[in-house]
Amino acid sequence: MVSNRLLALAAGLVATVGVTVSAFAQQATITGAGASFPNPLYQKWGEAARQPTGIQLNYQSVGSGAGQAQIRNRTVDFGASDAPMTAEQLTEANLLQFPATMGSVVAIVNIPGVENNRLRLTGELLSAIYLGQITKWNDPKIVELNRELTLPNVAIAPVYRADGSGTTFVWVSYLSAVSQEFQGKVGVGTSVRWPAGTGARGNEGVAGTVRNVRGAIGYVEHAYAHSNNLVTTQLRNKAGNFVTPTTEAFQAAAANADWSAPNFAANLIDTHGATSWPIVTPTFILLPRNPSDATRAQNVMRFFDWAYRNGDAIATGLDYIPLPESVENAIRAAWTAQVQVDGKPVWPAN
Amino acid sequence: MSQAATLNSATPTVRPARRSGSLGDMIFAAACRGAGIFVLLLLGAIIAGLFIGGWDAFRTFGPAFVTGTDWDPVQEVFGAGVSIYGTVVTAVLALIMAVPVAFGIAFFLTELAPSWMRRPVGTAVELLAAVPSIIYGMWGFFLIVPFMAQTFQPFVIDNFGEIPVIGDLFAGPPFGTGILTAAIILAIMVLPFIAAVMRDVFNTVPPVFKESAYGLGCTTWEVVRNVVLPYTRVSVVGGIMLGLGRALGETMAVTFVIGNANRISASLFGPGNTIASVVALEFGEATMGSLKLSALLGLGFILFVISFIVLSLSRFMLRQRVQK
Amino acid sequence: MSHSSIPGRPKDLKASAALGRKRRRTDLIIRTACFAATIIGVLFLISILGTLFWNGFSALSLKVFTDVTRPPGSDGGLLNPIIGSVIQTFIGTLIGTPIGLLVGTYLAEYSKASPLAHSVRFVSDILLSAPSILIGLFVYQVLVVPFGGFSGWAGCVALAIIVIPIVVRTTEDMLRLLPDTLREAVIGLGAPKWKMITLVCWRAAASGILTGILLAVARVAGETAPLLFTSLGNLNWSLSLSAPMASLPLTIYAYAGSPYQDWIALAWAGALIITLGVLGLNIAARSLLRK
Repeated sequence: MVSNRLLALAAGLVATVGVTVSAFAQQATITGAGASFPNPLYQKWGEAARQPTGIQLNYQSVGSGAGQAQIRNRTVDFGASDAPMTAEQLTEANLLQFPATMGSVVAIVNIPGVENNRLRLTGELLSAIYLGQITKWNDPKIVELNRELTLPNVAIAPVYRADGSGTTFVWVSYLSAVSQEFQGKVGVGTSVRWPAGTGARGNEGVAGTVRNVRGAIGYVEHAYAHSNNLVTTQLRNKAGNFVTPTTEAFQAAAANADWSAPNFAANLIDTHGATSWPIVTPTFILLPRNPSDATRAQNVMRFFDWAYRNGDAIATGLDYIPLPESVENAIRAAWTAQVQVDGKPVWPAN
Repeated sequence: MSQAATLNSATPTVRPARRSGSLGDMIFAAACRGAGIFVLLLLGAIIAGLFIGGWDAFRTFGPAFVTGTDWDPVQEVFGAGVSIYGTVVTAVLALIMAVPVAFGIAFFLTELAPSWMRRPVGTAVELLAAVPSIIYGMWGFFLIVPFMAQTFQPFVIDNFGEIPVIGDLFAGPPFGTGILTAAIILAIMVLPFIAAVMRDVFNTVPPVFKESAYGLGCTTWEVVRNVVLPYTRVSVVGGIMLGLGRALGETMAVTFVIGNANRISASLFGPGNTIASVVALEFGEATMGSLKLSALLGLGFILFVISFIVLSLSRFMLRQRVQK
Repeated sequence: MSHSSIPGRPKDLKASAALGRKRRRTDLIIRTACFAATIIGVLFLISILGTLFWNGFSALSLKVFTDVTRPPGSDGGLLNPIIGSVIQTFIGTLIGTPIGLLVGTYLAEYSKASPLAHSVRFVSDILLSAPSILIGLFVYQVLVVPFGGFSGWAGCVALAIIVIPIVVRTTEDMLRLLPDTLREAVIGLGAPKWKMITLVCWRAAASGILTGILLAVARVAGETAPLLFTSLGNLNWSLSLSAPMASLPLTIYAYAGSPYQDWIALAWAGALIITLGVLGLNIAARSLLRK
């Protein structure tokens, strides 16, 4: 009869589920959500840390904006954002902010005939492109800087992040820093009103769109450009030199970081230095200062503690820049001082 | 029941209804009725929930929320104009492309196909309707978008871009995504719905009408045009509106391919937004209680109102004919 | 049959022959166009299924079904999304079917034409075609915000709301098809109405009702938008319904937008699994209906 068969099916389903449950040992899980910028790194750290720490990381790369929202709503254990939150926001949401690592944002292009790191661009040009003022690749302003290249008469297709993104925050911070007009017309935020171009989801979407569209330009975290073999450009830094996006350039910029800034929000945008890459940023972790579950908060800290101690090789392998040890120690001190459950500090874990 | 009384000379005693029976009846009837009322309340709750959620945005921006084209998260200015425009334009374009093809399929299935072909082709059309929308999104994103970006759009831009009026319709860089691509994917999605409704409705025409027309020497096309279509006109429009209702609310297929730009562009190749794609994309970063979340819920309310109107019209037209 | 015996103008044989040719030509053009339209429709189906099979099959392996999702480059599978989808679909159907059954029964057996019945039928039809993203938003407001977290339960409820109108429609249609003589016979035997409905009518319409349930399952198995705001998705193994829960459509959505080749391959595999499941359920439902 039909109902008997349904019953058997249901029983079989329950049995299967039961069997598979027992097949997977219970592990301590921490959930995080936010920036796609450091996603490749967090995934690799998560996998490497599983055995030594017994902690399982569930990180969803939904964008910095969403990460901030989720940790505000306490729907995850930690949030991740490239855009630092202001002191008021942190107090209001009762969050502790600390950096996990540093990375760089590069421009990627898809121009027929232009090869990797050959195109020279400046912050002003990029602002004009993203404001929709320069629309062709053979515009005189671009040709002026690139006399040895033949730039085709192809429309520029700017690509930006459609989701709320810390990478966007970093990018528009840079453009606003070098162009008053951009600052006025667009401003700084994880989600802004773009005058021109099309949106794509995630660093991943931008990389994919630029790869597919003739004449496209986009901005991504360097690891994405590197691992997807995208064509990057040179950029003129504050000192007036055109730099290629290399590890040395990133580290030169990172060395200038002033970590005494409140809430670890060191500003590395358009920093000084002859060989510095102009768009480097720390990426932050947001942790509740009054977590409801001490064990889970502790596990988050244990995870990042492990990453600081053992994850540097993985980070540099993916072209991220590890934090200096002094900063890491300051972070641990902040954990002890600021994160408490029932008046007792959660760190160090006993 | 009185027949039983007349059958026998001895009038059977009128037994009182069994207690358990009538109690069971009351409970069951109440349960059924209660379920019906529950469904009514559910819709009411959805409408109310969306309205209340969007109230902050409505109150802050007033009617300008519906017409405003600004979507500025930094300044916290939100307007639904661009999303409504994108929703309506993609849906209408999709219908323009889908209705003729759907009509062709329905015509083919009811008049032209040999009977051995009707079942498999009909099933194929219905299977197309059953494919989940995220599959359409993936197929569109991985197959159609590169085709548009690398072949179709550059071809059109290079060859027609200079013509005065038409060129503007196809201006802009070849993103591959955009209003036209989204409309194409939507068209393929609603095609089977409209085709299935049209086929069912064409089949309700009494054969005698068609046979009379054939008997007079009409060609197949003339029979359809002069007999079938007028007879089923209302239901056909109802079916089209049902397809419209689907296209307006489609999320996953559109989010992948619309280009996510909060701008109204004259070009069909330009990126845009629909209400569903904006909500899906920006929901994640809207904090609970924020104006942005309220704006998104307000958008949801507007979409619900639009769908409600379209679906009600469609239902009104369809129920008239396909009434049992 | 001379021309003079037929009233009216004499027939212009040439003109009428030309008209006949034109009519036939128009007919031929339209018929060819309709045939082409059908070919187009079938071609799209072939293209979609073909792409699915081509990309999905190569990524399909036993590992996909036995391993959980892992970071890119770590050769993972889709076990937790599959299980999550199965659980949420199952529970969603479990919640939605009885309600839909009762409502459909109400419409068919108790009150066909009262204002309440008309309203309920109308509302059910609206819910049937309403954008599923709005249902997700609604459930977010009532089950996520007050409880402060995304959960599998919210996902199940969202799916249940989508199941209800489908089951209502098919239940009502199938019950209406039953002849009234069946009902009269049962009542005539002295059975109370509720027994008539549950023991006789439901049984008689069982295959039709089951078809409706299968179609509802097929529909919700592929839904993504309502789950975006309710169960969120989970990269780890978790059976807890009060925590975010993975599901196949959500994982596909996340993976397909990523730049990692192995994740994109898994997305295709997942898409293939969903489509095969959905199409299989549809075909099963159809053949059930024909029996």
